Amino acid sequence: MSTFTNIGAIVRKEWQHYFGSPIAYAALFTWNALFSVFFLFALDYFLQASLNPGGGMGGPPKPNINEWIFRPTLMNMAVVALFVTPMLTMRLFAEEQRQGTWELLATSPITDWQIVLGKFFGAVSVYAMMIATSLLNFVVIFAIAEPRPEWKPVLTGALALLLMGSCFIALGGFLSSLTKNQIVAGILSFCLFLAIWTLSWLDNPMASGPVKVLAYLGVTTHMDDMVKGVLDTKDIIFYLSFIGFGLFLTQQSVESRRWRE
Amino acid sequence: MFSGSVRGGWIQPKAPARMATPRFSRRKGFLRMIEVADLRKSYGRFDAVSGVSFTVGRGEILGFLGPNGAGKTTTMRILTGYMPATSGRATVAGFDVFRSPMEAKRSVGYLPETPPVYPDLDVTSYLDFCARIKGVKSADRKARIDRAIEKARLGEVRHKLIGRLSKGYRQRVGIAQAILADPPVLILDEPTAGLDPQQIIETRDLIKSLGGDHTVILSTHILPEVSMTCGRVVIISKGRVVAEDTPENLTARLSSKGALRLEVRADTREAFDALRSVEGIVTVNPRGIASGNTILELQAEEGRDIRAAAARAIVAANIDLLSMSQVSLSLEDVFLELTTKDATQVSDVATRSEIFTPIVASEPRAESADHAPETPLAESADSKETR
Repeated sequence: MSTFTNIGAIVRKEWQHYFGSPIAYAALFTWNALFSVFFLFALDYFLQASLNPGGGMGGPPKPNINEWIFRPTLMNMAVVALFVTPMLTMRLFAEEQRQGTWELLATSPITDWQIVLGKFFGAVSVYAMMIATSLLNFVVIFAIAEPRPEWKPVLTGALALLLMGSCFIALGGFLSSLTKNQIVAGILSFCLFLAIWTLSWLDNPMASGPVKVLAYLGVTTHMDDMVKGVLDTKDIIFYLSFIGFGLFLTQQSVESRRWRE
Repeated sequence: MFSGSVRGGWIQPKAPARMATPRFSRRKGFLRMIEVADLRKSYGRFDAVSGVSFTVGRGEILGFLGPNGAGKTTTMRILTGYMPATSGRATVAGFDVFRSPMEAKRSVGYLPETPPVYPDLDVTSYLDFCARIKGVKSADRKARIDRAIEKARLGEVRHKLIGRLSKGYRQRVGIAQAILADPPVLILDEPTAGLDPQQIIETRDLIKSLGGDHTVILSTHILPEVSMTCGRVVIISKGRVVAEDTPENLTARLSSKGALRLEVRADTREAFDALRSVEGIVTVNPRGIASGNTILELQAEEGRDIRAAAARAIVAANIDLLSMSQVSLSLEDVFLELTTKDATQVSDVATRSEIFTPIVASEPRAESADHAPETPLAESADSKETR
């Protein structure tokens, strides 16, 4: 029981940090502004495509809202997540170390795992809030579009975005635990996320063994199906194990700090 | 668990070795709240703590004294479960800090060297967070926070952001955090560092008021603090315990080495020449010149009274003797005596031929001895080193 209260206490405190400083607002603003821009671009393309003559008989199929608006917007936001998540994770552990508050956490009756999980969920909840607020953009489409677009791919797409961002958050937390300097943690995270993202470029049907493995590790690769509305356990397991690995590394790094100091 | 204790009476400690040392018998209600046995912490080849052992009884305030880098903070960090020791044993309130860290941590309130506060939280929400992670029940939380705020006198700043508070207030927030969950043991790492004199006095009073109910370890390198607040002192140097006693006993032990201070109207040379004939003087240290008068400190052979002979010699040399006083050793001197080997050697080995060589090593001593025990000078100099 106390496990949950302890994790909850850390989550609560992280929220106080996020919303007591400009970080959460900056992240929410950046995310929503970019989401709107991508959404508008996608909407514009869609409108142009649907006005093109030749639709219907004989020509190309009528553009579909899910495919033309929702999917590209969500896929673009995956790249935005790459920029925004370091903002959420860079200070998680580095700042505690710099301020000396780590000493409070480490000498309180709370385990390293509880601290690590509390911080992870604290950051993920803010990120989830970013996704939730931005999805309001789609509400308009659902209200006026005829025929109604499918809502399931939007949900699975949002879930994909959440899982993929959580991978970044878990990894970013780990990098933050390696240094006292949050700027260093932020830059490192950003570079690493970028590198992971480029791995997905390697993904093509012609790829050979090792290249395929690398492509498989590119976290955005696993979004494709989910954004299309296909929920594959393989992808979910990939994301969950990625997150688990990141959290494990963080816990190890936090624990080893006790021995190093 | 805490056998062998008689509350409020004379104690019969368990270990026979302790029986032999009478100083333990002064301790009241001896329940061992903290036990440290042969504690060692090494970093590669460097030993930060090499074999520290001591015990602290219930309700005692123990002064943990030592120069910077002696291993005070390391020992405290091991006791609080912040870091593991390389070897040795440490128990807090009966819980082994390595085997049952959660129970041990629950019994300790810890104030690290820098108060562990979040500048972006206000005092109340910070303490609320601390109460949560320290496992204070939600029903008690508000009362505990109010009590800690009251004890640490934080009432007027309770809704202010900690980042906007002065160093003194932040330190008090740190203390409030330590006493928040009402743990039986408090470990305070330099609780008065960086405070102004008024705050220092208030903090000392607070710590004194905590003794009795709580067992307190207080680290410091400010010696007056120890004689004012602590019932017992452990002095450590280079990772080892070099002395363990009451502040009074420590001073008394070395009081025979007290010096005689003379103020004469003459220059140093003349005064030296005059004193040359006196039997039983070990050293003469010039302690400065004030408006043409020379101040000298004479160290006599142990157990020898040189006052009359010295006065006669000065007067015989036709020098005005303006004042003469006995200088008893302050805790500073005891401290230096114990933590710097050289000082001990000089006073022990000094022979008549070295008589009039001013001892350079004892210069800082002179400065601190010139001031009353509560010297802000010594404190500010000390706190600078830690930053």
